[in-house]
Amino acid sequence: MDAIATYALRLGDDSLILGQRLGEWCGHAPALEVDLSLANVALDQIGQATHFLNLAGALEGEGRDGDKLAFHRDVMDFTNCLLVEQPNGDFAQTIARLFLFAHYQELLFTALTASKDARLAAIAAKAVKETAYHATLVSDWVVRLGDGTEESRARMIAGLDWMWRFVDELFVMDEVDAAAIEAGVGVDKSALRGAWDQRIDAVLADATLERPAARRPVLGGRSGRHSEHLGHLLSEMQFLQRAYPGATW
Amino acid sequence: MTDEIFDQLFQILADVPDPEIPAVSVLDLGIIREISAERVVITPTYIGCPATLAIEQMIRKALEDGGFASVAIETTLSPPWSTDWITDEGREKLRAYGIAPPPKGAAASALKNVQAAECPRCGSSNTEEISRFGSTPCKALWRCKACLEPFDRFKCH
Repeated sequence: MDAIATYALRLGDDSLILGQRLGEWCGHAPALEVDLSLANVALDQIGQATHFLNLAGALEGEGRDGDKLAFHRDVMDFTNCLLVEQPNGDFAQTIARLFLFAHYQELLFTALTASKDARLAAIAAKAVKETAYHATLVSDWVVRLGDGTEESRARMIAGLDWMWRFVDELFVMDEVDAAAIEAGVGVDKSALRGAWDQRIDAVLADATLERPAARRPVLGGRSGRHSEHLGHLLSEMQFLQRAYPGATW
Repeated sequence: MTDEIFDQLFQILADVPDPEIPAVSVLDLGIIREISAERVVITPTYIGCPATLAIEQMIRKALEDGGFASVAIETTLSPPWSTDWITDEGREKLRAYGIAPPPKGAAASALKNVQAAECPRCGSSNTEEISRFGSTPCKALWRCKACLEPFDRFKCH
């Protein structure tokens, strides 16, 4: 894959893995409304993934479509950030992960609407309205849990503390980003950090929470160095196509 | 394309219901972006809406039944669908069906300070949101504090 195809692949992998993780809550959430919310956010993410991965496959030109890329790659070929593959943990940990990611995704997609690649810009323009809704939803929950009971507050703090080490990776740039920016297709992610910090700090202030202590950032997802958790996620997500390759219905 | 063919295609599409909310047609929803003798262009409401495929199949069948098997169906994401594209007639059909329609022109500022929905049963604006997401991606769950009935609200989008 060239840099632009890889760029689309990374966007698709982030959405796919987060969508799969959120889908794991289906039927298990603490309340029916929460179950609906998480399933709907998951659906939006899977929809984004379908479009980004189909585009990545088309740009690659070797006959792979979104399904092929989702179900017929092994763990080291996935390029998602480490944040989205982290286990759901308890509800607060899931909220922490979505909170940190949804604000990043909304800022990223807003910038991506200016991409010179009309297909990427169209997916971003479509998805950003939905992502803005996710960011609002999840920020409400951070406030509700953080400024809630002693128990919910302790869990929200623990959830943010666990997820925080994966934040820096969201904004790291490498040669793929450089090539995409050079071509007028990609987004300067490092330039989004200031706006992201402001949004996160504003919600944390509402939630009467402090930023977690700085930690050594954990990196590697973009180049296929994942946590052990991703393999387990894939073993479930890819089961059918591994057991019955090429099955359709 | 003659006006006659356009009218025929328009009439065929006016009879294709949305699979999730059959009270409104695909035309009412504003998801038909182009009609010509060569192609019908549709756009999804939400990017992951599972009804997208069903809608395409229903339009395909309606076109074939109407003698327009050669008309292609294409999908576009751009410009992104907005609830401002729901027709006035569609809004009334939604209300009659028990779903509070989105106020016209409200989509642009929809994310902040959501206006209270009007209860589709009693018309009261004394309502509150129960859940930001409802039974489909396009709806939220609300409750009327006047008549106490819960109801779906089509989200401004």
